[in-house]
Amino acid sequence: ARPPRSSGAMWRSCLRLRDRGRRLLTWPPGDPTASASLRLPLQSPARAYAPPTERKRFYQNVSITQGEGGFEINLDHRKLKTPQAKLFTVPSEALAIAVATEWDSQHDTIKFYTMHLTTLCNTSLDNPTQRSKDQVIQAAVKFLDTDTICYRVEEPETLVELQKNEWDPIIEWAEKRYGVEIGSSTSIMGPSIPAKTREVLVSHLASYNMWALQGIEFVVAQLKSMVLTLGLIDLHLTVEQAVLLSRLEEEYQIQKWGNIEWAHDYELQELRARTAAGTLFVHLCSENTTVKHKLLQE
Amino acid sequence: MAVLGSPARTLRGLLRELRYLNAATGRPYRDTPAYRYLMKAFRAHRVTSEKLCRAQHELHFQAAAYLCLLRSVRAHLALHQEFHGKGERSVEESAGLVGLQLPRQPGGKGWEP
Repeated sequence: ARPPRSSGAMWRSCLRLRDRGRRLLTWPPGDPTASASLRLPLQSPARAYAPPTERKRFYQNVSITQGEGGFEINLDHRKLKTPQAKLFTVPSEALAIAVATEWDSQHDTIKFYTMHLTTLCNTSLDNPTQRSKDQVIQAAVKFLDTDTICYRVEEPETLVELQKNEWDPIIEWAEKRYGVEIGSSTSIMGPSIPAKTREVLVSHLASYNMWALQGIEFVVAQLKSMVLTLGLIDLHLTVEQAVLLSRLEEEYQIQKWGNIEWAHDYELQELRARTAAGTLFVHLCSENTTVKHKLLQE
Repeated sequence: MAVLGSPARTLRGLLRELRYLNAATGRPYRDTPAYRYLMKAFRAHRVTSEKLCRAQHELHFQAAAYLCLLRSVRAHLALHQEFHGKGERSVEESAGLVGLQLPRQPGGKGWEP
């Protein structure tokens, strides 16, 4: 027996289907296929409200000014605000220029789904999930338990070999760089990561500021891998390499079964754009931190 | 350490993307703050006595990441507009995607009122 709520939802969707069926029946005579594309938008039932993904470009010029809290973006003579109506200020000039370029490069409509740097800045400014620094670090390190490049397959043999050749060097690099043990596993439970590894990484991430951490967590969530993200932070991998390694099995399947532009290429480009934005964001927001690191290392 | 190729190549790629971005607005890309910033940054880090300068490498890494961002956003937007940007597909279009056609019946199917 289903719980009452879901059955109610099902019942409603049945009603909706019936209504749609009636509408089909009451159509005026004629060739239904020819008129379908013209009439559907008018007759389709109202859906739950979703915010528009695009809106008209309402400004002409984008400029940058230096304020008290950092760099601000001006659209004509209005100041850019975050979704929670805070003033949009970023700590680095390069980031401000990149964000301004995003706004300036929108032609007739503003396409928010292509403005990854703006989105990341908004998230950092508003912190909509109200998380503390520790919580963000924990959320990022949690991915280590199910890190993509630590999960291995047992068959087919060519894929096993591919994963070994491509992923093992990265794990080795990370183990050496941070002096920890990570390892890999073919079990469904994943590798058993020692508690010390987690401690080391948590204390390493604690040296980053909140902005950089938001970016790190974003990249980890895109690549589904903590180790690959570390490779990007430490300039060990390029964005293209990290994305390729993250999608290794998919690339293998594409090699075998063929590439579909509207699914594979679409996802690849989106993942690349998001990963590149996150990586750039981390580097631009943590410039002082990395300088300190270098001095400690020497 | 990530191999990035020559910085001049990265810069050329970035300028090409800036040209794409400014093509529709009709303004010359050399007037944008992004162009000025990139040229200044690349010029300032051109000369170094060290064989492998970490600061220069870091800057080049950031430039390469930015190039990747601009390129991927452009490619993603083109794919989005081609395949996903028009809302739901009609039955006819969906059938066409996999090479099928809807049956045609001259004079209607007989069950319309």
